[in-house]
Amino acid sequence: MTSRQVFPPLTLRAAGLVCGRGGMALTHDLTLAVGPGRCLLLRGPNGSGKTTLLLTLAGIVAPLEGSFALEGADAETGPNLHYCGHRNAVKSRLTVAENLGFWAAVNGATGMAVAGALDEVGLGRLGTLDAGYLSAGQSRRLALARLLVSLRPLWLLDEPTAALDSEGHELVTRLIERHLAMGGIAVAATHDPITLPDPACMETMVLGARP
Amino acid sequence: MTAFRAMLRRELRLALRGGGDVLTLVLFFVIVGAIVPFAVGPDRALLARIAPGIVWISAFLAMLLGLDRLFRPDHEDGSLILLRHAHLPLSATIAAKLIAHWLVAALPLIVASPFLAMLLAMDEPTFWRMLVSLLVGTPALAAFGAVGAAVTVAIRRGGLIAPILIAPLSIPVLIFGTGSITAPQSAAAMLFLAALSLMAVALAPFAAALAISSAED
Repeated sequence: MTSRQVFPPLTLRAAGLVCGRGGMALTHDLTLAVGPGRCLLLRGPNGSGKTTLLLTLAGIVAPLEGSFALEGADAETGPNLHYCGHRNAVKSRLTVAENLGFWAAVNGATGMAVAGALDEVGLGRLGTLDAGYLSAGQSRRLALARLLVSLRPLWLLDEPTAALDSEGHELVTRLIERHLAMGGIAVAATHDPITLPDPACMETMVLGARP
Repeated sequence: MTAFRAMLRRELRLALRGGGDVLTLVLFFVIVGAIVPFAVGPDRALLARIAPGIVWISAFLAMLLGLDRLFRPDHEDGSLILLRHAHLPLSATIAAKLIAHWLVAALPLIVASPFLAMLLAMDEPTFWRMLVSLLVGTPALAAFGAVGAAVTVAIRRGGLIAPILIAPLSIPVLIFGTGSITAPQSAAAMLFLAALSLMAVALAPFAAALAISSAED
């Protein structure tokens, strides 16, 4: 518990969770508990169910069995999670700042200002550029900036470092670290090593091999 | 409210910066109406009699064409998943999309309808009734279309299924739409059309939101 704590203490808890797609179970009997200020890294080969688990936790895919809950969450405050998937949800016909400003408006501008968030992810000077001209890595950075403009306690990150350069990897690490310091929770599926300065707040879960 | 306005602004920007999309619908609307005189022959009396029906069919087909744009781009780039987790309720998001859809897919058709009326040798009182009936009836077409598009958005070739799904729902709109122009009790038909529009617009955002939030990605 640090003085910068902004989120109420929440715990993501799952018991006997079986996730799968199309009726085929991919993860078996998962039990997890991630407390405030902690990060869970999901690892495992392709097809081991990392994305499916994240989609299940995001409430988009129904679990085959078992249940999960974000304990301590107040349903009145609206959605509590940010999902950052493979697709960046960037509209190529809008400018970079318009893209981010839109998400700030519909998700609630509770976090950083748009310009500040763009600076943070290294797109500060590209605000007026059409997002269609961004490279894959820059689009990814824009998607990450979305997490900063609205404060939400739970981050579900699917390959957050995909298409990012080595400086981008440090950026992701820095963002997660700051989020945890505020009392947030992060669940990240990744193949790249993410090493937080404080290894004590990291857990790793290895999901099963391809059937 | 700012979120709702932001959603509306985004939809309008995306549609207008697409440029060609809006124009395509208008051209399609005019072309469908314009080829009818060639197909039925140069009989002015006959044309004037069937003109209201032709205008409504053209409007219906043009609005079907624009339907795929409503949710599919957002589904494909991942925005739709995020909109499910937005602070703005999904039904409000869809209401904003519906308003924007009417503004870019129906209003331009109404603006272009005088041209079609001229081609179809419509007399002036009929033209004004047609204008009012299009204004009153197209929101219902947009609303039914939104439900159809929401149900089929997760299906890969859903764009082709949506028109089949919503055609039966749209038949009452066409009946009362043309009825409000030509029928002897046109005022009653206009009231029915208005009732249909109000009901469809009020219910569609909730139905579409339910369809989208119960679909798996």
